[in-house]
Amino acid sequence: MGQIVLEKVTKSFGDVTVIPPLDLTIEDGEFAVFVGPSGCGKSTLLRLIAGLEDVSSGEIRIDGKESASIPPAKRGLAMVFQSYALYPHMTVRKNIAFPLRMAGLDKAEQDRRVEQAAAVLNLTDYLERRPGQLSGGQRQRVAIGRAIVREPAAFLFDEPLSNLDAALRVGMRLEISELHNRLKTTMIYVTHDQVEAMTMADKIVVLRAGHIEQVGSPLELYKAPRNLFVAGFIGSPKMNLIEGAEAAKHNAKTIGIRPEHISISATEGRWSGVVGVSEHLGSDTFFHVQETGLGETLTVRADGEVNFRHGDRIFLTPRDDVMHRFDDKGLRIA
Amino acid sequence: MSTKASRSAARLMLAPAVILLLGWMLVPLTLTLIFSFQRYLPLRGGFQGWVGFENYVRFVTSSAFWPSVQATVIIVGGVLLITVTLGILLAILLDQPMWGQGMVRILVIAPFFVMPTVSGLVWKNMFMDPNNGLLSHLWRSFGADPIIWLSDASMLSIILIVSWQWLPFATLILLTAIQSLDSEQLEAAEMDGAPVLSRFWHIILPHLSRAITIVILIQTIFLLAIFAEIFVTTQGSFGTRTLTYLIFQRVLESQNVGLGSAGGIYAVILANIFALFLMRIVGKNLDR
Repeated sequence: MGQIVLEKVTKSFGDVTVIPPLDLTIEDGEFAVFVGPSGCGKSTLLRLIAGLEDVSSGEIRIDGKESASIPPAKRGLAMVFQSYALYPHMTVRKNIAFPLRMAGLDKAEQDRRVEQAAAVLNLTDYLERRPGQLSGGQRQRVAIGRAIVREPAAFLFDEPLSNLDAALRVGMRLEISELHNRLKTTMIYVTHDQVEAMTMADKIVVLRAGHIEQVGSPLELYKAPRNLFVAGFIGSPKMNLIEGAEAAKHNAKTIGIRPEHISISATEGRWSGVVGVSEHLGSDTFFHVQETGLGETLTVRADGEVNFRHGDRIFLTPRDDVMHRFDDKGLRIA
Repeated sequence: MSTKASRSAARLMLAPAVILLLGWMLVPLTLTLIFSFQRYLPLRGGFQGWVGFENYVRFVTSSAFWPSVQATVIIVGGVLLITVTLGILLAILLDQPMWGQGMVRILVIAPFFVMPTVSGLVWKNMFMDPNNGLLSHLWRSFGADPIIWLSDASMLSIILIVSWQWLPFATLILLTAIQSLDSEQLEAAEMDGAPVLSRFWHIILPHLSRAITIVILIQTIFLLAIFAEIFVTTQGSFGTRTLTYLIFQRVLESQNVGLGSAGGIYAVILANIFALFLMRIVGKNLDR
């Protein structure tokens, strides 16, 4: 129903190439997340799929149908924008019904679908209000409602949670995931937040400068990042990347060890260092360890109970079995 | 403005402006009121006693009164229609990225800087002149008889001249309004399957509604008082005698200051009714 295939898609604005030739397949029903630092071309890629930008060359197939040349409205996709893009002069009901009205559905069918979407999204009490009278989270839900009623082949989300506060963001993340499980429709979600990517995606697409760095499930990316960029981007806090003599011992240019894969001790261990800032989260504590002789400040995760003070000398032991090794080009050594 | 000191300082500093404004407005208004109850004919003996409401009754019952109100309404309505419609279209056009955008925008605004008297004379002598006007040449080049604009189509001529002057104002306000439209809204509408005309009707036009009411409000207040354009072209003949022009004729041509002043008070009342009415609409629109 909603398979999306990109084949050798490129995009340039004048002389600037934003997307070099790129191939990607998103299977029907999949929750795909495009993630990358700002300016990596992830939003452009989404807009190409939506049809809001024309491809410079290449093919986009939605449902097996060549779509690069058909207008956005005919592609059967629905999009949720970063600013929600609600129509401020229309009530919530009219906002949600707008695509149905444009499609020429009769009034009774419009009402039926709007009521249904409102029930799913807990908006029934707000149908007669205007967007200006709603909170950020409610506006977000109206935007999603407007996308749902069209029963699209796929949903496109363009950083939909970036305007919400932290608590709401966690809640909406769950709601969108729940929605995906219920609708089983293809969703493409663009974000720069790797936590959103990790928690929501079936498939993560890591982008840098228009290139796909790696495609895979969240755990694949976490366990086996293909290169240094993905290694540093996926995971929070960031993976410790160590170069030099210590890396050479493992026959690598760079070794990477995640904060949760280093054990900490007051008495003995392979590396030693001095505790800098420690961040207590309750369940976990993150220590930033300095003067390790490895040329880097190491981040180490410990249990919430562990309590070292600023300036304490401690000892660290990495787990060799989960250590990541990278060669001169920054690629993973298997 | 939180502390007592800053509040009184603010009042003190506002005082000169407020006093000047009040004086500027109140002195002429009071004088007009006083004259309107007098029989005052400067060239025929000056002050000739108080006459109560006689001037008011005479002004309204004169055969020229209702036609002048009608002419005023037609001119104001016609100019509003033309400037708002063309203003919206021009604003959309000027919002498109194009080569020489800054230059084009300045040129579009230019007519607003031309004094009413000058623009009236330019239109009368260079465009609408039946012998040498550009329009008559245009008509002749198609083999048609030139229109004698200012006498045969006098109302339309005045409306055209005034519209030409006020179109830049409408365009400028509507252009800034269009520029504040979130482009994501248009994209969302495009994704929702709205073709170009629907997008204009459902998204752009409602977005402009406030700006349109403001244009209508401000223009109406100024258009009720247009004078120079009529004075230098038709001189109030051929059905173009507006209320303002009638008052001018009563005071300066008939030299009847009392009668004219009564007309002036009517005009003030009329303008205030208009303004109040429009303010209500604007207020309602701005509340949303």
